[in-house]
Amino acid sequence: MANATTISVPAPTFGAALMRAIKSFGLLRESWVGMIGAGLVFFWVIVALLAPLIAPFEPNAHLQPFARPGTAFAQGGTFWLGTDNTGRDILSRLIWGSRTVLFYAPLAALTAYTVGILMGVAAGYMRGWVDDVLSRVADIILSFPVLVLYIIIIATVGASGLNIIIAITFASAPGVMRIVRGLVLDLRNRDYVAAAQTRGEPAWRIMLVEILPNARGPLIVDACLRLGYVIITIGVLGFLGLGLPPPDPDWGGMVNETRQMAIAFPHMTLFPCIAISSLILGFNLLADGLREISLRD
Amino acid sequence: MLIFILKRLGFMALTMVIVSMVLFILLETNLFYKGDVATRVLGPYVSAEQREMWREQHGYNEPTYKRYFLWLGHFVTGDLGSSLRFKGPVNDILWGRLWNTAILGFWVFAIMIPVSLILGILAGMREGSKLDRTISVTSIITTSVPEFASCVIFAAIFVFGLKLLPGTSGMADGFDFKQLILPVLVLFTYDFGYVARMTRASMAEVMTTQYIRTAVLKGLPYKRVIMRHALRNALIAPFTVIMLQINWLLSGVIVVEFFFAYKGFGALLLEASLNQDIALLEACAMVAVFVAVGTQMIADIGYTYLNPRIRFS
Repeated sequence: MANATTISVPAPTFGAALMRAIKSFGLLRESWVGMIGAGLVFFWVIVALLAPLIAPFEPNAHLQPFARPGTAFAQGGTFWLGTDNTGRDILSRLIWGSRTVLFYAPLAALTAYTVGILMGVAAGYMRGWVDDVLSRVADIILSFPVLVLYIIIIATVGASGLNIIIAITFASAPGVMRIVRGLVLDLRNRDYVAAAQTRGEPAWRIMLVEILPNARGPLIVDACLRLGYVIITIGVLGFLGLGLPPPDPDWGGMVNETRQMAIAFPHMTLFPCIAISSLILGFNLLADGLREISLRD
Repeated sequence: MLIFILKRLGFMALTMVIVSMVLFILLETNLFYKGDVATRVLGPYVSAEQREMWREQHGYNEPTYKRYFLWLGHFVTGDLGSSLRFKGPVNDILWGRLWNTAILGFWVFAIMIPVSLILGILAGMREGSKLDRTISVTSIITTSVPEFASCVIFAAIFVFGLKLLPGTSGMADGFDFKQLILPVLVLFTYDFGYVARMTRASMAEVMTTQYIRTAVLKGLPYKRVIMRHALRNALIAPFTVIMLQINWLLSGVIVVEFFFAYKGFGALLLEASLNQDIALLEACAMVAVFVAVGTQMIADIGYTYLNPRIRFS
């Protein structure tokens, strides 16, 4: 076998991969639901990137309490969405809050995905006791009502950005693991895996280089949905007073701080809720569009 | 079947034991919680001697494993400890609150099950039709609005705007059905979309099977095809989904009860956590997991029982 001719297959370059990604994104045009979703997500990403330029006021400055939407500020400018009970401009806090959520949510989803994928690939490829142990652990974590799990974790380790990421990873990785495991169980019997095994490739290489890239389709759709859930989680934790510590703007936290005034001053709570719902809706519609397209081919 | 049920019961017991260990390690030891348990319970304004006395009294100077078994023993025999926040045995508070949540959950399910099943069946009957797309998109929208956001939105509409309903559900003057409407509405809105989508998927799958095609082709009336042939198989999967929905509902009630100040189990759990009331938090968490695991078990057994392909094999 030493002098067997090797057929060299040109490795896909980064440029080609990028072109393919852009092309497949162009496919999204075929699904109007997916386009709306992508538009909503894109809108909030732009808002988050341009926050210092477009926010009319300092997000943490106490200017004029209890201003209704549209009130003009004595020192210039207008509170388009009103102010909260301590006089902070709601529009500016919404704009800066988009940075918070679009920083923590993808980061938490990414760590959850990394852990979940590693667990799932290991369980699906190695089978045996590794699979048994990992699946049991996942079953037990998933049997908790999610929010109860978050509350217990946060009650133990305290509320901070890092701890929220850890809690989300802990609670969502088992779900990712189950999906990846199912996909890997199907893929591990393919010929190219057998070929790689014959070539003597190490197990980690087969798992991560041969199998994982072929499981990406369903995972991308799931990632969009899960990102929506992570945003809900961060919002709910903020709403319950277990989220990121004040005073930096966080949509869920804004609702928590003003919820007692919700009946008399609905604008304080309503706008952050609309903001978070629109972002989640964006990811969910995007996921639906992607699934529709992936089912079509 | 019997062996299957026993197996599931065994797994449930095992899960509960592991969950109790995890809870104990998280809440009563210093492995993850950085700080002194006595300070956590008694608060910061207590002298060192008092803390030491409390620790001695409550057996905290014993080895950890011994404490765990003692705690578990109390738990299994129904002694859930005493709550610091409410200054009384956990048993006195917990069950009344759980009953209130059961009332809330009952109404949510009583409305959600028929609505989501009918919508799901209608959408799945003709996949890709206009009605199907409308129902699908609607359910995506309703599941995209987190419960706390729909609390705020509904409160803004019905309490601030129309002034029709009360904004809090504390039930201070006895049971008032009007105060239950908004919490039920919020939970229904968030939960029905998922069940409807799952029903739709199940129905759509059944509609593509050979036996439905045969039934249609041999000229049976469409209504009869749906009622007699399709529904029987299409409703097996939604049964599981509905049972598992109880797990989601347990998360949802925390948010809704907190917002509307409803005196239920979810609000109690949150209060216990925010006030570091460890005994109460442990009891609430154990009950929540018990309900979740129990319904999962019923869903599993029910699915096996309902599905003739599994029952007779």
